Amino acid sequence: MGGPLRDVGKAVLLLEDGTVFHGQSLGAEGEAFGEVVFNTSITGYQEVLTDPSYRGQIVTMTYPLIGNYGMVPGDSESRGAWLTGFAVREASALRSNWRSTTDLPAWLREQKVVGIQGIDTRALTRHLRINGSKHGVVSSADLDVGSLARRLEQAPRIVGRDLVGEVSCTAPYEWTEPAFGDAALPEARYRVVVIDCGVKYNILRRLVSSGCQVTVVPATTQASEILSLRPDGVVLSNGPGDPEPLSYAIKTTRSLIGKRPIFGICLGQQILGLALGGRTYKLKFGHHGGNHPVKDIATGRIAITTQNHGFNVDMDSIAHPGTRATHVNLYDGTTEGLENRDMEFFSVQYHPEASPGPHDASYLFSRFTDMMGARKGA
Amino acid sequence: MPRRTDIHSVLIIGTGPIVIGQACEFDYSGTQACKALREEGLRVVLANSNPATIMTDPEMADATYIEPITVPVLSKIIEAEKPDALLPTLGGQTGLNIAMQLAENGTLERHGVLMIGADREAIRKAEDRKLFKLSMEAIGLEVPRSGLAHSLEEARETARRIGFPLVIRPSFTLGGTGGGIVPSVDRFDEMASRGLSASMISEILVEESIAGWKEFELEVMRDTADNVVVVCSIENFDPMGIHTGDSITVAPAQTLTDREYQRMRDAAIACIREIGVETGGSNIQFAMHPGTGRMVVIEMNPRVSRSSALASKATGFPIARIAAKLAVGYTLDEIPNDITKDTPASFEPTIDYCVVKIPRFAFEKFPSADPTLTIQMKSVGEVMAIGRTFKEALQKGIRGLEIRRPGLSGSDGGVADQRLEELLNRPTADRLFQIYEAFQRGWSVDRVHRATSIDPWFLGNISEIVDFEATICEGNVRQAKQLGFSDQQIAARLGTPESAVRRLREAGGILPAYKLVDTCAAEFEARTPYYYSTYDAEDEARPSLRKKIMILGGGPNRIGQGIEFDYCCVHAAFALREIGYETIMVNSNPETVSTDYDISDKLYFEPLTREDVLNIVEREKPEGVIVQLGGQTPLTLAVGLEEAGVPIIGTSPDSIDRAEDRKRFAELVRTLGLRQPENGSAVEVKDALDIAHAIAYPVLVRPSYVLGGRAMEIVYDDSSLEHYMRRAVWASPERPVLIDRFIEDAIEVDVDMLSDGRTCVIGGIMEHIEEAGVHSGDAAMVLPPHTLPHWMIEEIRRYTRLLAMELHVVGLMNVQYAVKGKELYIIEVNPRASRTVPFVSKAIGVPLAKLAAKLMVGMTLAEVGFSQEVTPRHISVKESVLPFARFPGVDIILGPEMKSTGEVMGIDMDFGSAYCKSQLGALQNVPVSGTVFISVKDKDKTQQIVSVAHQLMHLGFSVASTSGTARFLRANGIEAEVVRRASEGAPNLLDLINAGRIQLIINSPSGKIPRQDEVSIRSIANARGVPVVTTMPGADAYAQGIRAFIRGELGVKPIQRYHVGSLLR
Repeated sequence: MGGPLRDVGKAVLLLEDGTVFHGQSLGAEGEAFGEVVFNTSITGYQEVLTDPSYRGQIVTMTYPLIGNYGMVPGDSESRGAWLTGFAVREASALRSNWRSTTDLPAWLREQKVVGIQGIDTRALTRHLRINGSKHGVVSSADLDVGSLARRLEQAPRIVGRDLVGEVSCTAPYEWTEPAFGDAALPEARYRVVVIDCGVKYNILRRLVSSGCQVTVVPATTQASEILSLRPDGVVLSNGPGDPEPLSYAIKTTRSLIGKRPIFGICLGQQILGLALGGRTYKLKFGHHGGNHPVKDIATGRIAITTQNHGFNVDMDSIAHPGTRATHVNLYDGTTEGLENRDMEFFSVQYHPEASPGPHDASYLFSRFTDMMGARKGA
Repeated sequence: MPRRTDIHSVLIIGTGPIVIGQACEFDYSGTQACKALREEGLRVVLANSNPATIMTDPEMADATYIEPITVPVLSKIIEAEKPDALLPTLGGQTGLNIAMQLAENGTLERHGVLMIGADREAIRKAEDRKLFKLSMEAIGLEVPRSGLAHSLEEARETARRIGFPLVIRPSFTLGGTGGGIVPSVDRFDEMASRGLSASMISEILVEESIAGWKEFELEVMRDTADNVVVVCSIENFDPMGIHTGDSITVAPAQTLTDREYQRMRDAAIACIREIGVETGGSNIQFAMHPGTGRMVVIEMNPRVSRSSALASKATGFPIARIAAKLAVGYTLDEIPNDITKDTPASFEPTIDYCVVKIPRFAFEKFPSADPTLTIQMKSVGEVMAIGRTFKEALQKGIRGLEIRRPGLSGSDGGVADQRLEELLNRPTADRLFQIYEAFQRGWSVDRVHRATSIDPWFLGNISEIVDFEATICEGNVRQAKQLGFSDQQIAARLGTPESAVRRLREAGGILPAYKLVDTCAAEFEARTPYYYSTYDAEDEARPSLRKKIMILGGGPNRIGQGIEFDYCCVHAAFALREIGYETIMVNSNPETVSTDYDISDKLYFEPLTREDVLNIVEREKPEGVIVQLGGQTPLTLAVGLEEAGVPIIGTSPDSIDRAEDRKRFAELVRTLGLRQPENGSAVEVKDALDIAHAIAYPVLVRPSYVLGGRAMEIVYDDSSLEHYMRRAVWASPERPVLIDRFIEDAIEVDVDMLSDGRTCVIGGIMEHIEEAGVHSGDAAMVLPPHTLPHWMIEEIRRYTRLLAMELHVVGLMNVQYAVKGKELYIIEVNPRASRTVPFVSKAIGVPLAKLAAKLMVGMTLAEVGFSQEVTPRHISVKESVLPFARFPGVDIILGPEMKSTGEVMGIDMDFGSAYCKSQLGALQNVPVSGTVFISVKDKDKTQQIVSVAHQLMHLGFSVASTSGTARFLRANGIEAEVVRRASEGAPNLLDLINAGRIQLIINSPSGKIPRQDEVSIRSIANARGVPVVTTMPGADAYAQGIRAFIRGELGVKPIQRYHVGSLLR
């Protein structure tokens, strides 16, 4: 049984400003610290839970009923859970889907994710929207707010911290699985190296489905090593946290610019921005969801996009010749994409690989293969 | 892209009368469209025959034609108005079909009218099953295996190829009329034939049955720049096999993984692009095999639909308004999201609550109809509820249905397990309650799933509700509230009165929190106060310090309480806002205009129960609460609310009670020296017989405290009365059976009146066209009266004034009278808004409900500028629309129990023309030549029928009759051909009707119990679209209507021109 009927232990979610939510324990017992963010996707909790970009964060889902279809083999975005905590209104242990093999609460226990349910997640979301992202702790072990507050103060923050090291692969590997439902695959015409800052599987799947032979390398891989793989193009993947401490990846990127076509996604765009000499800044409460409208400035076309980032590139700080903003978020006017045709790179702040979320922006993978094709043809 | 500059005027075609399958959601969408287009400075021309709509209010459009929605009439309107464009996608299936006919016959092209939103090609591709199938295949989407048939032989051939079970779907119908699941070959011929005749183009689709699959709908919008967004996903609780209008539906979809959902989204987007709906909203339905995930497209509505209205209310995204803006050239990113103001409409709403819609049925009105739910829609209304969980929303929805259930509860408790399993297998309106019963018996989710095919996730949630209910105690009341249990349910468990639970909650701080419907799950600040209650921590209600009035709406539509009352509530909101009040609307019906977030200052989407209303009152503390405009629903809450200290404004609940309580009312009538039919009330059979004998038969019997004449009957003898009393299980000392003398052959009159408590002014006096005995909600009426003598009208005025003054009416009052010769009898008094208020308002050009609201807050009639009765020179006829086509075999004879779903208005300068328009508007064929069949009971063999027959003969009709009536007619100089009765062998009348050789039937019922052959005549004629007139005054009116029609006297004229210079604001 799920929801408020389940006879479970208590849990508490405490924010750094002292705001407390009392609920019931979900998933693993224990305590977990992290930046508390809200995600507005209705479907796709499994993809969210397994997205390495949530490293160091406690995620609350704004949709109140989570777990309805259980956990489905093959729908994960990495090998397990990376976020530290999970907060929902009602977690369903009832699951209904023909592909589902386990229920959400059991999976969370197995993955040692500390969760809380039965809290007013809308109140939490409003609090974060009004006051900005907050550091917090979710605990089902120690319920004493005072002692939790003391430990919360000691816990590391997200700004200035290298979280990529915690999620990137440790050795290069090849990826061959295509995107879901793609039966007939195009011939692999391009060799692509993906710098894994916490890559979501669906970026890799999309690349395979677009005719790429994919090699994934650790984020610390140097430019020379990457070039030695003779790639037609390089993808800077998504990943968690603050881009600024990632000096190694920024340096690698700087060395690759102009040498190979580059496609940056999310953290990849921020790394690219920093490599171009720009600055990044932290958003008040970030973009996490699947419904943000993004306009392609050149065509005027709007894509409904998947978003998951707390930091953003300050476009005004980029003085790099030929580099321009290509996409804009229609919610808040923030920069969502940049490109430099001459230097053959482009990037987006959102997630063209979707998963979860709409497929509107998947055309960007073709843009990438076209870019590689043009270079090869030239 | 900004608004296109080549369009200056737009024609919008409304839906006409409320029928099953097309209800007030199209008033909601049409009203939004009118407002959206007029904001753009466009001239809006509107055609709709339904006077009870907000859209036909004279200030909603520049030219409003309350005229029949037929091709010839629309052609005349187009000729007169020469609009630049026609927007066909906002008036339901009727609007779309008429637009298509106007396109096909060249009218649009001839007058240079552009079809915007969806053009002829797109509409055809979506509506024509064959083209739709080809289109879907072209973009790689699967549809169920099928074949089209235009004849029975072709249909049989296709069925052989596909195999059973299969489904029959007629092309070009609304609400699936004439369709159904065919389990085996036995019933195939019958159902295929019915489908073929229901189709406008004699075409049916014979299709693989996907009954039992999961069913989903997506609401999609597209703009001229080809941007597409999905506004809302909906999952049906009831799997495939039940019309979505009859299904419990849930938003958003609950059991799809993101992969499946995105696949469906991709398919929906591909679908709207392929079909070519250029701008606006479409609804696309999908089925998914629960075991394999195979997804098929079921259908697409290339227009705003019932589901669009639901999706708009479920998300806060105003689909119709945006669709109208897109149609005139804007793109989604150019239109602001009204809720947030700061973000554009080019996004996909995300919601942080669960929405449940539950249909409301009216099978009790049609006891002989088959209550099985199929792919043909049978429900008459719906309720929507919002909660933070499915469990909470479901329970709120059930108590909002007003079917005397305080929440989820049982049904068929006594039946054996095997029988229960059969019941679960055959879906009816009671299935939800049978599921409860099954879980009470400890059945597993799996077992119930096997019997119902309902998704285990939904069933599991219900099972949790059932399990929790057994554990309810004082210690877990908060949890119970979070699961949606009402105080009444909790009280039943705790064995205390409801009020004790309320006190317990208040003491424990267990109070509802009001949350916003904001389109964005709190990601942005919402500016629009659209609330629902839940038992979560944070309350977002922001009660103001302004003077405010709360208006209680009418809840789900049902027969007897529909759009007319919503109209009144909306008017109250307009009027009170106008004079500086903050207005707060409470309602639970997603189809309505009243639940549009910009009608009132605040909207609470909540069930209309005492508990839920009290909660809002306590939070908002309004200066007054209006209960007299929303129909019976708020009225029944009045006394309870007043006891709880709620300030009810307008006529006092005590006055309402004086009018409703038979004893108190009889006393009142005596005091005033007026007359009412002799009456009494009884609980026991013997008392009833004594009363009937004292009064003398026939008598009118009915239960006390009912709506729409529920279970009201005319009884002619002891045995019928005994039979009625024995069935009247509800009879109790508190609720006795009321027995009135039935005044035969009387003329019935309805009066609507306004009073400020000191003076009163009559709004309208309506004479019923049929004689007394037909429920006033079903009766055709004419305003002003067309046969009553002047002195009688004066007498009616006098009675009405006396009643209003005695009852201290403040606001509206409706009185029903019977006139028999020189005697005037009061049938009943309703000190509240009546069903006829919108009709009268439009007939006289005075917005009565608006004025009533102003009177209720203390203004006088003089102050609102209404001090004299208006007697228009034109004639207005109100006609009712009946749902018999949905219930094959049910007798269409009208009686004291109301059966109509909607109404139309015919307006013209003479009675014949106005009546003819009312018939055309009510979707009746008005024949201009052919044969009229006349068969009347002996009592009706009078000069009146002779005169009708004469008139029709002069107009070129030939007359056919059964032998008895023919003898009488011949004796009076009418050449009547004799036709055999069905029982007299072939060829008989039924054969003639089926062969299309009878164009009009005048048939008065021969006895107290209609003979079976008469029932089948009327039923078959109705199915064949042959008009049937069952009363002599009706026949007379029909003859006058036909004469006007033949003489070509029917013109069109906008309502604004009928009331030039009146105070229509």
